[in-house]
Amino acid sequence: MDYLLIQMLNGVQLGLLMFLLAAGLTLTFGIMDLVNLAHGSLYMMGAYLAWTLIGVTDSFFLGALLALPATFLLGVVVEAVVMRRLYARDHLDQVLATFGLILFFNELVRAVWGPAGKSIAVPAFLAHTVEILPGVLYPAYRFAIIVVGALVALFLAWLVARTRLGMLIRAGASNRRMIAALGVNIELLFSLVFGLGAVFAGLAGLMAAPISSVKIGMGDDILILAFVIIVIGGIGSIKGAFVAAMVVGQIDIVGRAFLPDFLKTFMSSAAASSAAPAISQVLVYVLMAGVLVWRPTGLFGQRT
Amino acid sequence: MIAALRTPRGLATAAILLVLAVLPLLTQAFDQRYLLSIGTRIVIWSIAAVSLNMILGYGGLVSFGHAVFFGIGGYAVGILSANGLHSGWLQWPVAIAASVLWAALVGALSLRTRGLYFIMITLAFAQLVFYVSAGLEAYGADDGLNISRSRFPGLIDLRDKASFYWLCFVLLLGTLWFCSRFANSRFGFVLRGAKSNDQRMMALGFPVFRYRLTAFILSGAFGGLAGILLANEGAYVSPAMMSWVKSGDLIVIVVLGGMGTLFGPLYGTIAFFVLEESLKPLLDLGRKGWGEYWQIVFGPMLVLIALYARGGIDSLLGRRRG
Repeated sequence: MDYLLIQMLNGVQLGLLMFLLAAGLTLTFGIMDLVNLAHGSLYMMGAYLAWTLIGVTDSFFLGALLALPATFLLGVVVEAVVMRRLYARDHLDQVLATFGLILFFNELVRAVWGPAGKSIAVPAFLAHTVEILPGVLYPAYRFAIIVVGALVALFLAWLVARTRLGMLIRAGASNRRMIAALGVNIELLFSLVFGLGAVFAGLAGLMAAPISSVKIGMGDDILILAFVIIVIGGIGSIKGAFVAAMVVGQIDIVGRAFLPDFLKTFMSSAAASSAAPAISQVLVYVLMAGVLVWRPTGLFGQRT
Repeated sequence: MIAALRTPRGLATAAILLVLAVLPLLTQAFDQRYLLSIGTRIVIWSIAAVSLNMILGYGGLVSFGHAVFFGIGGYAVGILSANGLHSGWLQWPVAIAASVLWAALVGALSLRTRGLYFIMITLAFAQLVFYVSAGLEAYGADDGLNISRSRFPGLIDLRDKASFYWLCFVLLLGTLWFCSRFANSRFGFVLRGAKSNDQRMMALGFPVFRYRLTAFILSGAFGGLAGILLANEGAYVSPAMMSWVKSGDLIVIVVLGGMGTLFGPLYGTIAFFVLEESLKPLLDLGRKGWGEYWQIVFGPMLVLIALYARGGIDSLLGRRRG
């Protein structure tokens, strides 16, 4: 029972990380109509920048805090140099150009930071466990990710639903040309939204770093999951991204944790432990296929 | 035929096909065995690119999971071979049938959607097969599987590099022939019509979904053929052959060469491989060791191609008739 609870918390934590990535993706797609494959590169850059800044400042907290404006800046620069020219293009051009950006960033990282992966140590003030329920211990760092992720999700909900910027974002998602015609500075809005997405991606990358590792291409696999999430949730919908991220997080983690035991009832234990991660991945895609057959524009997507 | 040779496009195409036709003789004459293996891969990738062009170029459907057919074709050969079934007469039809079945399933589900959804679903289904293959403990999982090449007793020995190359080349010619029939048939025109305006085609009474599904399946079948060949080329299959980066590379190749043109994918594949093989030594000239980072140059090149060179190489060879 405790084991199940801990695994479910891990699922929530993974789901929140993926939500941070998916939120930026769904916003850029919903508002700018931009397929940004390079979003995972911002996740990776966030982690690498944090690694360097943590080394320089000798403090996890300070380094992480400095890495966020750095990824924001990177996002704004990428938007101004490349993305801005892609908004009016069709999806194929966007796929091609952002695919080029992925290659560029992966090799840039290899050239600057070297091919070997880096690791960021769990900060000392979070390197213990907390008792979430009487007798149930959970690593404080993972718990902190859940707290930060939940706060960011709440912040985003507030931003989108309650502020003027959020109003413009929602208006932009439903009709871009109309809000441009109404005199909104759409270029600035796009830069801001892209930068915001970059910060969330960077935050997810640097928070994930102490759990996994900082390596080249780390953003690519999780990016595909983030795309699956926004497709399930409905493109442009923050709420959809949140719901889908939570569900996918649970499937992934709980699948990995419990499938091996289940599979061992009818196959060898080596085969079971190698097949289980594959099956939990497959389940995610089966879920997506099912949702799309049922609702071709995702759970919370707009009907067109 | 002769008239076609007078245009730059016809001349260039004829020259390329001629060089490809005698490549094993050339590499033998100049003692460059390494070039024959690159040539073989160019021919195999061209088959895959032509097959992707059927749906991407003529159909306007951005499938971001085409490399999955490398994997399905390859693994069908690999799994049969690992179980002691080496006959190509069995392996190849099974591999094509598996590709067709998978294409039918993925097409039936993904063609219900549009735009980004379509891109992502084709990608996601490809990832699904990727993860399944990576989880196949009995067949090497992540590390892949060494296989013995398909056997066609008394007909051809695939272990002979030159014979294998010529087999691939003949299959490429066959694929190109099929693609030209495909593109210029009534079927092809309906597909191209649906690319520019599917609502109108539906209003005209064409069952667009069925046309697209058929094209998707045909494309998958030829993609599977390329997979069979790729597995035989290296006598090896692994999940890496269908990683999503390969799917991206295939899209790059088709766009680079010229979408919706018969020989575009061929130009694109050659350009892609030549770029890869020449950027490395070029960068190494600048400073030793830079060649390893050739994608730092190649990535921004893709961005520029996407922004400024939509017609691809084909459009450099002069305007198209009609």
